[in-house]
Amino acid sequence: MVPTQLDSLLIQLHPDDNIACLARTVERGGTLTIEGQEFNLKMTLGLGHKIALRDISMGEKIIKFGAPIGSAVERISTGEHVHLHNIKSDYLPTYTLEEGSKYGD
Amino acid sequence: METEPQGYLRTDGRKGIRNYLVVVYLVECARHVAEKIVRSYPESVVQLIGFSGCFPNDYSNRMLRRLCTHPNVGGALLVSLGCEGFDRNSLQKAIADSGRPVKTLGIQTTGGTRKTVEAGQYWVGETLEILQEVPRCPLSVDELVVGTICGGSDATSGITANPAIGHCFDILAKKSARVIFEETGELIGCENFMAERAVTTELGDEIRKTVEKAARYYTTLGHGSFAPGNADGGLTTLEEKSMGAYAKSGNSPISGLLKPGDIPEKGGLYLLDVIPDGEVRFGFPNINDNAEIAELIACGSHIILFATGRGSVVGSVISPVIKVCANPETYRQMEEDMDIDAGKILEGRATLDEVGEEIVRKIIQSASGKPTTSEALGHQEFVLTYKTFEPLGPACFPA
Repeated sequence: MVPTQLDSLLIQLHPDDNIACLARTVERGGTLTIEGQEFNLKMTLGLGHKIALRDISMGEKIIKFGAPIGSAVERISTGEHVHLHNIKSDYLPTYTLEEGSKYGD
Repeated sequence: METEPQGYLRTDGRKGIRNYLVVVYLVECARHVAEKIVRSYPESVVQLIGFSGCFPNDYSNRMLRRLCTHPNVGGALLVSLGCEGFDRNSLQKAIADSGRPVKTLGIQTTGGTRKTVEAGQYWVGETLEILQEVPRCPLSVDELVVGTICGGSDATSGITANPAIGHCFDILAKKSARVIFEETGELIGCENFMAERAVTTELGDEIRKTVEKAARYYTTLGHGSFAPGNADGGLTTLEEKSMGAYAKSGNSPISGLLKPGDIPEKGGLYLLDVIPDGEVRFGFPNINDNAEIAELIACGSHIILFATGRGSVVGSVISPVIKVCANPETYRQMEEDMDIDAGKILEGRATLDEVGEEIVRKIIQSASGKPTTSEALGHQEFVLTYKTFEPLGPACFPA
């Protein structure tokens, strides 16, 4: 597996992947370039989070490392954040805490 | 050129890289007494392990037999309350048969807490002198057993630390070291990739079956091996976490399948099946990372490579843990707890291969006696729970 650096912020881990990973934390409004087109992030995302490299239809497999890692539960547009809100496991549901793992004040 | 590490030669012929005496509680009721004995000695010399349950269990007995006769262990003091179900005699015999000094103290027959602590301290003091006399011998890479685990994973784990460990495993396997990856519950979704890498088709079928078993087990429990922090770190699904975890195995052929306590005999890459056999009986297969680390050590691992993205701080008793930090932000936040900064791959400061080679060098240093960060910080986590296993068939150990 040789990852490809798509722009300074995005890494595609396998040529078959329809998502790329953020190479570092990107603030809300930050610009990502995918095939010459610019997209602005709607929220701050930590490094490693996934971004759609092309439009993905509902039910389509999400491909990372060249392998399926789940299915889209809604239509996902190019440049969108791909995470718990729009994909699901094909094996077991994902367990999360309601407020994330942040500590209370 | 690194100098070759000097090992500790045990009377059973195995070679260790540490020279610990372990104090073992055989039920929770004996733990405080065992702990009091351990605390009167420096943590780099005497360590505490044990089993809390009062009901007997073949798996936990086998685990303690393997741990007490591990090459990094030179002797064992068993602390029993007296009425627990643990089969202390078979454990004592296995340790004595390996040529290691061993003694069992019964708290009820010795006369309670204080007298047992004193008797234990006396025996440990005497036995430590015997351990000083254990002969040293050269230990080459092909004699090492190295296990790997990931914990506190995030989306960087599968990009940096895990594939770097995979590269390190490829280097070690080529040198005929024995390397072990594990947690079949975190390999759900990778079964076909692994089966194709098995040295025989029969072994490939066994690997598929073991992952099916893991998926069945976790489905019954209704909860995969996925923690909320994994999702905060950008991982979305169990199979995504699996693919990242799978990268730790590198590219070598898979030479065999193990269960906890099976010690591989030939050099090469092995998969450790940690999911119990039969009906779901005792709850979650591995309640935390240290349960898996203990099993890797019971398979003979001298050293554990631990990949973390979110930032785990744990170490272990018996075998040093080398922490490979996947996430550059975590590394800057928790540098004192990390041994390797694999996140620099993401920042273009090193390649995967370079970090893989750096891990190999760290293994040699650790085998030569240099403490890892978790050892230096005094981490000695240990946990052992109930499980049930059936023995493996011949397909799992191709000739």
